Amino acid sequence: MKPIDFHLHRPTTLAEAIALLAEHGDDAKVLAGGQSLLPLLNFRLARPEHVVDLGRLTTLRTTRRTTDGLTLGAMVTYARAEASRAVAEDAPLLAAALPFVAHKPVRARGTVGGSIAHGDPAAELPAVIRALDAVMVAAGPRGVRRIPAAEFFVGNLVTALEVDEILTGIDVARPARGTGAAFTEVGRRQGDFALVGAGAQVTVADGVVVDVRIALTGIAGVPHRATEAETLLTGVPPADLDLDAAADATRAVIAPSGDLHATADYRRDVAGVLLGRVVATAVERATGHAHRAA
Amino acid sequence: MGSTHEVTVDVNGRSRRATVAARTSLADFLRDELNLTGTHLGCEHGVCGACTVLLNGTPVRSCIMLAAQADGESVTTIEGLSDEHGNLNPVQEAFCRSHALQCGFCTPGMVLAVQSLVDTVEEPTREDIDEAIGGNICRCTGYVQIREAARSAVEEARCARAATGAGGAR
Ligand SMILES: Cc1cc2nc3c(=O)[nH]c(=O)nc-3n(C[C@H](O)[C@H](O)[C@H](O)COP(=O)(O)OP(=O)(O)OC[C@H]3O[C@@H](n4cnc5c(N)ncnc54)[C@H](O)[C@@H]3O)c2cc1C
Ligand code: FES
Ligand code: FES
Repeated sequence: MKPIDFHLHRPTTLAEAIALLAEHGDDAKVLAGGQSLLPLLNFRLARPEHVVDLGRLTTLRTTRRTTDGLTLGAMVTYARAEASRAVAEDAPLLAAALPFVAHKPVRARGTVGGSIAHGDPAAELPAVIRALDAVMVAAGPRGVRRIPAAEFFVGNLVTALEVDEILTGIDVARPARGTGAAFTEVGRRQGDFALVGAGAQVTVADGVVVDVRIALTGIAGVPHRATEAETLLTGVPPADLDLDAAADATRAVIAPSGDLHATADYRRDVAGVLLGRVVATAVERATGHAHRAA
Repeated sequence: MGSTHEVTVDVNGRSRRATVAARTSLADFLRDELNLTGTHLGCEHGVCGACTVLLNGTPVRSCIMLAAQADGESVTTIEGLSDEHGNLNPVQEAFCRSHALQCGFCTPGMVLAVQSLVDTVEEPTREDIDEAIGGNICRCTGYVQIREAARSAVEEARCARAATGAGGAR
């Protein structure tokens, strides 16, 4: 199908883009990479009168290293982020997740900010951003807001962004030395949205796990951070990690829904299995040693 | 009424100027305005890969990109691979040689996906090949012959580079 007729705006400055959103409010939709919005327009599931394309806002396409981490421009494409050394070094969990997003042609256009603003609980980036406690920077007619990830993802495809706000960047804190990360997922076909995905970023210092962040996709209405498992794993020497207990702790608190593709029980079980695997691999990468089951 | 936009797009090496409606996809622009109907439309929501074109050398889905977003960019469609006499290029030849098509609906997208692999990766592995064509759906061939065509095209590009002593892929 084809979209309904709409007015396309291609502003060249952020101020212009914000003014357009302020003017058109609910009748306007922001366009980033279009890899979610264009399908919605084509199916007429979205029927905005005005579409504000951020494609010409080149300032949103930069990745900047700061003293304590990384500022990713919202319009940085998945492909650019995947190729970035700064992302690999400062946000290893994000780097590990990127190759699992869709297929290459979608990653060529889709943006980091678009995925986060879309807020799909089955998507890789929102879950990873949640686990990393990243901060979303949003600009609107009332100024700039910094929104912590814990408050950003509100519901299925619902975020804390107001209709007249633009996500301009994402701040990710640089992890300490001795950090490793891993991501994996189970899906019907490679490149499709996964049934369940899991990612972990682990920091080991002085022989114990001092920081662990676990992201799960596809098992709740919002991206899930497995704090229940993180608590069990923190402060423990890598060789003594009880991954089965961590997996069971997560299985006990999540309530995935079942559908045509997989039952709720299957999703719950797989989430635990993947959690164990990514933590083991992340520990291995953090320490340079294979994780031995306790 | 929606807005209209003046665009200048380099299509297969030729600069094309046109006025497009905001809602016109790049695929519809190529097919309906430029009569380049080799770009096929299957799903129109980014899933099947039939509409794949190269945007500045990189495969993208032309069904989920607006024509207006292609303003100032360079696009290669399947028509841009053969020469002016219609002689097929090496990747297209590899598809013929390997019997890598039946109905041909997926073929333009598949060929462009493989073309991009050949152009950008010097020594693609089997995994690289699967990744390159993994986003393109074929309802006929069962993929075995397409993989074979890709392998054959990659091998031929490698031999050609060795013969000319060229420095390899971009
Ligand atoms: C075939 C296919 C497979 C896919 N598979 C996956 C997958 O496995 N995993 C995955 O995560 N995604 C997948 N996607 C979705 C893809 O990742 C999208 O790119 C992503 O969800 C949205 O990013 P975008 O830049 O394309 O945003 P758009 O589609 O342009 O926008 C998405 C939404 O976010 C809003 N928005 C975008 N940017 C901003 C901003 N800066 N400020 C405020 N609002 C904004 C838009 O208004 C819109 O509502 C797939 C898509 C396709 C077509
Ligand atoms: S028609 Fe574009 S991906 Fe199917
Ligand atoms: S040859 Fe028919 S769809 Fe691929």
